[in-house]
Amino acid sequence: MNLHYPDTSIRDILRRVKTIAMVGASPDWVRPSHFAMKYLQRKGYRVIPVNPRAAGTEILGEEVYGALADVPPTFEMVDVFRNSDAAGPITDEAIEIASKKGIEIIWMQLGVVNHEAAARAEAAGLSVVMDRCPKIEYGRLFGELSWSGVNSRIITAKRAPFRR
Amino acid sequence: MSSETEKSGPIEYGFETRAVHAGAQPDPVTGARATPIYQTTSYVFDDTEHAADLFNLSRFGFLYSRLGNPTVSVLEERVANLEDGRAGLAAASGHAAQFLTFFTLLEPGDEFIASRNLYGGSVTQFGLSFKRLGWTCHFVDPADPENFREALTPKTKAIFLEVLANPGGIVVDLEPVVEIAGEAGIPVIVDNTMASPYLCQPIRWGADIVIHSTTKYLSGHGNSMGGVIVESGKFDWLQGGRFPGMTEPDPAYHGLTFYETFGDFGFTTKARAVALRDFGPTMAPLNAFLTITGIETLALRMDRHVSNAQTVAGFLEAHPAVDWVSYAGLASSPYRDLAAKYLPNGPGATFTFGLKGGFDAGVKMVEACELFSHLANIGDTRSLIIHPASTTHRQLTEEQQIAAGAGPDVIRLSIGIENADDILRDLDQALSAA
Repeated sequence: MNLHYPDTSIRDILRRVKTIAMVGASPDWVRPSHFAMKYLQRKGYRVIPVNPRAAGTEILGEEVYGALADVPPTFEMVDVFRNSDAAGPITDEAIEIASKKGIEIIWMQLGVVNHEAAARAEAAGLSVVMDRCPKIEYGRLFGELSWSGVNSRIITAKRAPFRR
Repeated sequence: MSSETEKSGPIEYGFETRAVHAGAQPDPVTGARATPIYQTTSYVFDDTEHAADLFNLSRFGFLYSRLGNPTVSVLEERVANLEDGRAGLAAASGHAAQFLTFFTLLEPGDEFIASRNLYGGSVTQFGLSFKRLGWTCHFVDPADPENFREALTPKTKAIFLEVLANPGGIVVDLEPVVEIAGEAGIPVIVDNTMASPYLCQPIRWGADIVIHSTTKYLSGHGNSMGGVIVESGKFDWLQGGRFPGMTEPDPAYHGLTFYETFGDFGFTTKARAVALRDFGPTMAPLNAFLTITGIETLALRMDRHVSNAQTVAGFLEAHPAVDWVSYAGLASSPYRDLAAKYLPNGPGATFTFGLKGGFDAGVKMVEACELFSHLANIGDTRSLIIHPASTTHRQLTEEQQIAAGAGPDVIRLSIGIENADDILRDLDQALSAA
């Protein structure tokens, strides 16, 4: 796949975004989406779960909606926790409501790649990240992933950011 | 955190820079520039939720030093960076790193294939101790890469080799082995101890996992035990269910699926969260500190090790008491071309030679050395000498010893960074005594 995103642009996205609609968020606490949602909440993001099968229930204190269009507040980012094929219609749905909902970024999770959908989103003026996890990228760029021995590729003589 | 330079694009820092900096930033609270030795067993939780999240692996952080420590994690990231890998995991020794790797890869009844040209301790670990855990290792002659293909069975889960093989002088052609493993859907594991990442970077040739005994050239001063596992992050663990430990819910971790949850650092995460947690061969923070400090001078030391070794190998080859010298930097070596390909900065500084006087002359020579230390290690600043057949390769049969390049007449040298003339003088006087 060989997708490259400069650290600066990923960092800008993670700094800019306040609210994330997570499509495919799972109520099952051992699922990766649940891990990511909980982590991002801890870092100060509001994460609104979108999952038709769990619509009307709550995940981690947030009401679950059946579709992106049903989410009441605005959200800058759509995090796609579904497979690459499903990412197509989800992206189209997001493009359709982008201006109304303030959507700026379509983020597809690790292993999720849909170049056609990405091209449509970019043509509509949205930024796209594919095959990445915002939890992992946040951890990598703000020093926490290094605690797990992960190669952050960060070389700097500045103090590490102090965060709890 | 963003710098002016970064805005114009990612910078590719050179090896020497990364050896000094990777993984280490000034301490966020105190500004301490050297990596502090976090001599602590445990870390306070903010509240029970924080504790639960750490135990569940749903957030990053330290909870107990058996699983991770801020000094040790700097070393892990540094070695992962130098190997061009995705993530690293440190262990108490190279052998512990190998155990954690295979425990993470294999189920009882599984098999793997290993080059027969390995450190003798690995041959014993794989052939005898692993067998008692239900893991079978098939050893093959790596001179013909096709030997690896012929040894494949449906139960084979990995291929293991040393590119620059202990006790020295032999270089294994990694690329065709990577191709064979790729066709079979299994990872290639390289023990890169003898070369260090300064001389060889196996992941750039397609290896999936690299293991080090950091006790050798990485720490470099003969003062700290340690091992590191690095994963490339490029191996697809799905492979039709061949690696259930990576791709199926893990009962040892409340049903978590490691590959799906941690992606390209799922292997080291599982090795840490299950194998290191449950068996406990953790690297001590002080050893990590000494090893980090050693790595800062790795490039300088390796250049000197190699140039001294090249000088010594040439001297021995011309010496009347010497029968043969096995060093891949010599024009006479059959491995010279492979060394030029995989080890462009030089084929290491540990190698073997044989004396015309055979076993008895070898014993006399080892005992006559004044400057060379007679001991069972390699990759020290000091020059080292040993008779492998009676030490490192002692547990092997004579047939295995010869196959491993450690027959009864063989002397192994690990050339240090002392003055080259002093090294030659000591060898010359010891050869006269033999």
